[in-house]
Amino acid sequence: MSDVSLRDWLLTDAPQTRRQARLGAFYQGWLVFRSNHLALLGLVILVLLVGTAIFAPWIAPQSPFAQDLADRLQPPSAEHWLGTDALGRDILSRLIWGSRITLFIVGTVALISPLIGLLIGTVAGFAGGWVDQVLMRITDIFLAFPKLILALAFVAALGPSVTNAVLALALTGWPPYARLARAETLTIRNADFIAAARMQGASAPRLLILHIWPLCLSSLIVRVALDMAGIILSAAGLGFLGLGAQPPAPEWGAMISDGRTYILDHWWVAAMPGIAIFLVSLAFNFLGDGLRDVLDPKGAGE
Amino acid sequence: MTAPILSVADLRVWFGHPPDRVDAVRGVDLGVSRGESFGLVGESGSGKSTVLRAIAGLSPDWSGRIEVAGESLSGARRSAAFHRRVQMVFQDPYASLHPRHTVDRVLAETLTLQGMDDIDRRIVRLLDDVGLGRGFRFRYPHQLSGGQRQRVAIARALAGEPELLLLDEPTSALDVSVQAEILNLLTDLRADRGLTYLMVSHDLAVIGHLCQRLAVMQAGGIVDRLDVADLRAGRSGSDYTRHLIAASQYQRA
Repeated sequence: MSDVSLRDWLLTDAPQTRRQARLGAFYQGWLVFRSNHLALLGLVILVLLVGTAIFAPWIAPQSPFAQDLADRLQPPSAEHWLGTDALGRDILSRLIWGSRITLFIVGTVALISPLIGLLIGTVAGFAGGWVDQVLMRITDIFLAFPKLILALAFVAALGPSVTNAVLALALTGWPPYARLARAETLTIRNADFIAAARMQGASAPRLLILHIWPLCLSSLIVRVALDMAGIILSAAGLGFLGLGAQPPAPEWGAMISDGRTYILDHWWVAAMPGIAIFLVSLAFNFLGDGLRDVLDPKGAGE
Repeated sequence: MTAPILSVADLRVWFGHPPDRVDAVRGVDLGVSRGESFGLVGESGSGKSTVLRAIAGLSPDWSGRIEVAGESLSGARRSAAFHRRVQMVFQDPYASLHPRHTVDRVLAETLTLQGMDDIDRRIVRLLDDVGLGRGFRFRYPHQLSGGQRQRVAIARALAGEPELLLLDEPTSALDVSVQAEILNLLTDLRADRGLTYLMVSHDLAVIGHLCQRLAVMQAGGIVDRLDVADLRAGRSGSDYTRHLIAASQYQRA
């Protein structure tokens, strides 16, 4: 199939199969996404990040744990592109290995919290009545605490480690998603297409999962992508406070924390992981912006 | 006249709780015989759509008696037999289709819910029946016009092979030429399948085209009942009906 006809096949108004319809909708979304250059840049950075994490053992020039006290606090040079830290470890290698930890944290939190939020929010909005009241008051209680303080309390209780930091962030991150999902559900639940499905005898769980979730999901995905930067920063914050990854794990927040002592004389020790966090956060924000163009139901269709 | 498929006695429907309670329907009696096409006419807010929604189980707060084919209904719960027997077509075709589901998915889900077999063949036949080719099968609602969407909604309503169709102003959101197409489609389908219609509209011309008998509603109650011959001749016992007829003739002049 030539290039032009593949495009026509994807963009046709009258798809012939289920697969073609799905691919066509996907391709249309991609076209919208592609027209947003910053979003594309964000995607490229994130693909690079994922690639770095996967191929860390091959990319990293040195071991992230190898100490060389004779070489400590070296500025960026041909041998150590991003310099070395207080124990003489190569910062570039540590950043590369640290991308795995960052991705693990972001990925897990981004999977757990919106899911909890989606479940609680849609059930509350769809059921209404006392179920709604109870679930939303619980949400309010969680919202009343500053997120990082609550996460700190969780980690303090569970003991400091990356897994516990992730758990703490996930458990404190869901309330805004629940709010969002509930608001979306309230606008959808009285729609005619829900009434029509009800008239066909669709059960409440079926309506919730097959009819309401797909419509809530897009705004949640956008919100998660935009919140990703905040999650990275919170995780880095926990690392900085010594409650996330434990030494010698090369977690970016913990690396900044290590560099704090030398920040005036040896700026690169704290600045390099800072730049990494900044770049990835920015990339997620750009990506979220692009996804909003594609997924926001107010902009699409009609 | 055969036994009524639908009978409604002293139906009252309200929204909200006192002191904000609104009584939308105040004591309506209706009987629709099998195979008949019955119209409910009235201006906005007369409670005509609310009657339909109460029958369909979409308005939970009502009192009185509703019987469909001998089955007595209560509250907002409806049995599987009811869902099989009664279906509804909604006013706004832009709101009655799930924006993320293709036509195929809508019909396939409906057929599954109605416990039908041989879904693939049935979808093709339904689309043919409502005058949409199979080229429309895998489209999303945003790839369809208003009239095409309403055809899909009608196909969905027909999927379970119902006996009674509740039509809630099925043409009022469409432009005039498309209105005529949909009305003709509904007329043909009724003839082919022996359907019973209960149709709500504010448009006397639409009701006159599709229905044999009609009731006129005002402020939540029925103020007049007449058949189409009376309507065409402008014979009516009620001032309000004469007023409506005059208004609709003025509209078209």
